Amino acid sequence: MTASGLDAWRGVAAEGNEELTGQATIRLQRRSRRLLGSLLRPHHRTLWFAVVLLLLQNAAAMSGPYLVKVGIDRGIPAIDKGDGPTVLVVVTAAFLVAAVMEYLTKRAFLVTSGRVGQAVLYDLRTRVYDKFQRLSPAFHERYTSGRVISRLTSDVDALGELLDGGIDDLVLAALSVGSVGVILLFLDLPMGLVTLLSFPLLLLLSRWFRRNSAIAYRRTRESVALVIVHFVESLGGIRAVQAFRREPRNQEIFAALNNDYRRANERAFKLIAIFAPGIKLIGNVTVAVVLVYGGYRVLGGHTEVGVLAAFLLYLRRFFEPMQELSMFYNSLQSASAALEKLSGVLEETPTVAEPHEPVPLPHATGRVDLDNVRFAYREAIVLPGLDLHVPAGQTVALVGATGAGKSTVARLVARFYDPLEGSVRLDGIDMRDLAEKDLRRGVVMVTQENFLFSDTVAENIRFGRPEASDDDVEAAARAIGAHEFIAALPDGYDTDIGKRGGRLSAGQRQLVAFARAFLGDPAVLILDEATSSLDIPSERLVQRALRTILADRTALIIAHRLSTVEIADRVLVLEQGRIVEDGSPAELVSGGGDYAGLHQAWADSLV
Amino acid sequence: MSTGRLRRRSSLHSLWRIRSYVRPYAHQMLLMTAAAGIAVGASIVVPLITRSVVDGPISHGDRSGLVPLGLLALALGVLEAGLVFVRRWVQSYAALGMETALRDDLYAKLQGLPVAFHDKWQTGQLLSRATTDLSTIRRFLSFGLVFLIINIATFVTVIALLVHLYAPLAVLVAAAAVPLFLISRNLSKAYLDTSRRVQDQQGDLATLVEESAVGVRVIRSFGRRDHVGHQFRSGARTLHDSAVDKATLVARFWSLFDLVPSVTLGGVLLLGSLAVTEDAMSLGDLVAFVSLMLMLVWPIESLGWILANAQEAMTAADRVYDVFDTESEIVDRPGAVDVGAAEGHLRFEGVGFSYASSSHPVLRRVDLEVRPGETLAIVGVTGSGKTTLTSLVPRLYDVTAGRITLDGRDIRDIRLTSLRRLVSSAFEDATLFSSSVRDNLTLGHSDASEDEVSEALEIAQATFVHDLPWGLDTRIGEQGLSLSGGQRQRLALARAVLGRPSVLVLDDPLSALDVHTESLVEEALRRVLSRTTALLVVHRPSTVALADRVALLEHGTITAVGTHSELMETLPSYRAVLSQHAEEVTAR
Repeated sequence: MTASGLDAWRGVAAEGNEELTGQATIRLQRRSRRLLGSLLRPHHRTLWFAVVLLLLQNAAAMSGPYLVKVGIDRGIPAIDKGDGPTVLVVVTAAFLVAAVMEYLTKRAFLVTSGRVGQAVLYDLRTRVYDKFQRLSPAFHERYTSGRVISRLTSDVDALGELLDGGIDDLVLAALSVGSVGVILLFLDLPMGLVTLLSFPLLLLLSRWFRRNSAIAYRRTRESVALVIVHFVESLGGIRAVQAFRREPRNQEIFAALNNDYRRANERAFKLIAIFAPGIKLIGNVTVAVVLVYGGYRVLGGHTEVGVLAAFLLYLRRFFEPMQELSMFYNSLQSASAALEKLSGVLEETPTVAEPHEPVPLPHATGRVDLDNVRFAYREAIVLPGLDLHVPAGQTVALVGATGAGKSTVARLVARFYDPLEGSVRLDGIDMRDLAEKDLRRGVVMVTQENFLFSDTVAENIRFGRPEASDDDVEAAARAIGAHEFIAALPDGYDTDIGKRGGRLSAGQRQLVAFARAFLGDPAVLILDEATSSLDIPSERLVQRALRTILADRTALIIAHRLSTVEIADRVLVLEQGRIVEDGSPAELVSGGGDYAGLHQAWADSLV
Repeated sequence: MSTGRLRRRSSLHSLWRIRSYVRPYAHQMLLMTAAAGIAVGASIVVPLITRSVVDGPISHGDRSGLVPLGLLALALGVLEAGLVFVRRWVQSYAALGMETALRDDLYAKLQGLPVAFHDKWQTGQLLSRATTDLSTIRRFLSFGLVFLIINIATFVTVIALLVHLYAPLAVLVAAAAVPLFLISRNLSKAYLDTSRRVQDQQGDLATLVEESAVGVRVIRSFGRRDHVGHQFRSGARTLHDSAVDKATLVARFWSLFDLVPSVTLGGVLLLGSLAVTEDAMSLGDLVAFVSLMLMLVWPIESLGWILANAQEAMTAADRVYDVFDTESEIVDRPGAVDVGAAEGHLRFEGVGFSYASSSHPVLRRVDLEVRPGETLAIVGVTGSGKTTLTSLVPRLYDVTAGRITLDGRDIRDIRLTSLRRLVSSAFEDATLFSSSVRDNLTLGHSDASEDEVSEALEIAQATFVHDLPWGLDTRIGEQGLSLSGGQRQRLALARAVLGRPSVLVLDDPLSALDVHTESLVEEALRRVLSRTTALLVVHRPSTVALADRVALLEHGTITAVGTHSELMETLPSYRAVLSQHAEEVTAR
């Protein structure tokens, strides 16, 4: 795996090889068909109803040419014989009734299928969305938000296109091809048989198209995802893009990705450019053959003119739906490529899975135990076997160099990951046995990223406890020392903070994130570099608040600022995933170990 | 009512503006339309041949006449299929070419729009324009437009043929155009609003997806899956309801588009048969008449689809031009010059700034001077405007009052590319992308040499990148989240110092570093700062030591400038911001 040429910017990662062998392709198609089946199953009654509507519509539509035949073969001679126009009037009336019935059934069908289609899309969207929310942060880092968006927009749309215009085409076309086939045989057996000779050709052509378009459409799904990923990421980081004059290079990359997408589409379009006229050609040749052959049969007295006329009209109804079938086939192939991707997401096993039978823990006290915990990112072992026991209510600070494993411990306690060996327990219960809601009520982590939603300040704080009142929100902000700056915003707590909180400074965002965590009132609070962007006055406020906030709960603090560490009851110095020092800050300072050294350096920096 | 009409007009106008993208493919579009037209023509002739067969060889018992007519039908059939192939083949690159060009231009436009625009616009809304809307336009240009022309042409041609066959009946058929016209008019009124609603809601939903994907860690750490899931469901439900409305509307109109030709056919059957008995037309004429009429069924039925498609394309064009029409406020002024190198004399002269959405100024009358080679630290409490101040230098935002000069020249008179090459920044958030480490480092300097890269990594103490699985070629996760906070910050710092900028703007560049790394970075950074003009936002006394002078920013304006020790001695408000000891003493 070497990165070269235009693609070098992307870099190398361990995953992402999407080339498929034949065997895998079959598995993919089976998987996507299973998904489609499970999406349609809840609607099977409605679908049967829709099929009945279609049958009626088809019957109505089919009766048209037959009535024309009756009109010509019976109505006209009747008048010629002087029997009056009764037959013709009856036939015309029947024709009009059929037309109105076709109108009503078509309308009812379109409404019904539209509802089913949208319900299926809704179901699919929510299923995929929920699945993404269940997958671990590690999965998301690798998968990237752009791809998540691509799955939930572009891929779902591809299925939407199929459901919008496809299903009725399919059923109607199949019905009309089937019924017309029977009528043709019934009208005139030899001519009917000649018509059916075109079938093997149609099958061959379809098989060729299916094979090739499956590959082509799979490529379009993949290439559009890359376009979306680049689009979303580069516009999300537009500050850096503009400040570093990255625009021309981004434009190059985007144009290349966009062109890949275009080429993938072009390939798919060219396949259909062969397939659709191919179907047409077969139809047209058949019509010409039937015309001559039918002519001979009429001349030979084997059949009537009216039969030939009707036969040719029916033939049209035989091959025109074939055109529609070919278009349906096209959107089916596009949709199934999308379904392959979506079913892949749905079948992804969360590495951090919820238990089937969770142990209830309505009110955690906050005791945290790590027993012989081993953890590695791929091959790199971060924690060889960590034992750590934190009694409820204790504030523990983790100190150590980059890569010592501090954040890993935090993420394990927040259950972003599961340990490879050993166990992480809350109140003595293995976290893997806790229901998500119990776990998250008990443990909350505040990190440096402190993502905020584009909403008001109040709503962002309320995210910590959605049922909190405005007063609760303000109280939390006051407790953390954020009230002052929030009150000074143009609309106070109702100020919209813009996309990803862009209207606030990093320090302000961190204060809001703190207030959010405080409002959550967890038994265990994890602060991973949560104070790094704060200026000294804010940090001071937060620290003062922390003394009260942390008084009655367990806390795990990772901080480079030893000022934050000093409020801890206990300090652990980590080195290559092992605890090398363990004691109260005062003990360690006087102990003369690593911590004492760090403390000295820190004290020196506070000139 | 009148706003509806106004919107319709503006949408039509937006669609019309797309023509500049069609122009490069004018020949292909012409070819497509011609191919489609001739193909339809060929298929129309076939029923006439049927008539000839019935009226000619069959009624005269002329067997030999059958074959030539059959061959003619065959030739026309092959021609039709061939032309369909030509149309689709040409379309596969022409239509996609237009779509691709539009997408490229849209992206270019978006990249050029200022940060203020992106603060306001959700990525999901932009994305749905770049994907869904552009595909809708492409579909219209490649199918809708071509067949709108063809169908109208078919209609006129068939009517002409029908008139030729039997005029009184043809008038009946032509009259069918009246209800069709009325239906279309009603459809476009109702459909435009609904389709705009659906398209906007798709964008909203994409935004929700984006936020919850980027914020997945926060959602998880608070266990708010149900909460965001509920939000998503209500968004998806809204979209669902609008889409069902749209489907119901479509059902109403499409079925009407079906009814009209059927009823007409019934009339033709009755009156035509009567005409045959009156000997006003031949039996063959009637068969041909009916067959020809059936040719009209598809054009009429598909008219419903085409009109819907056209409405959607109009809405889409409208949405796309929403972006294209946004004026970029931060552009090169007329007469802006390229500046190759700068001494780095940076001055703020009476600078004021307020965000467009609020009247409350963030910065007021800021006067500040950073002399060439000097390092000036900005100190102030959270929310005092430090970050805003730094974003003004590379013109991520433009000042709303006063001016900023570099070497005596207003920075707005320097070409943006020059300015942003001279000024290099590191933001408080690292802002990394899911690409290789090297790509993240050389963001603005794709031509940086290996030595320059290693030097920058050295200065930022970011040599850890060599230990990553594929070294500098390792792809880092989205936003660099596979790295620790300190690592991300060091990468961002390395990126800023790469290429020896004339002016360095660093927003709290060492906040996430541990004490040990911090002192190493400071040492290396000192060398860089000695030869560069630098503006440094700092929160820590240790970082202040890097600066020659310090400016105190309070409530959006500079209240004091001096050396660190001067300010520490004379200014209590400065002490309050920067000294842990001072405050702790008072706190005790």
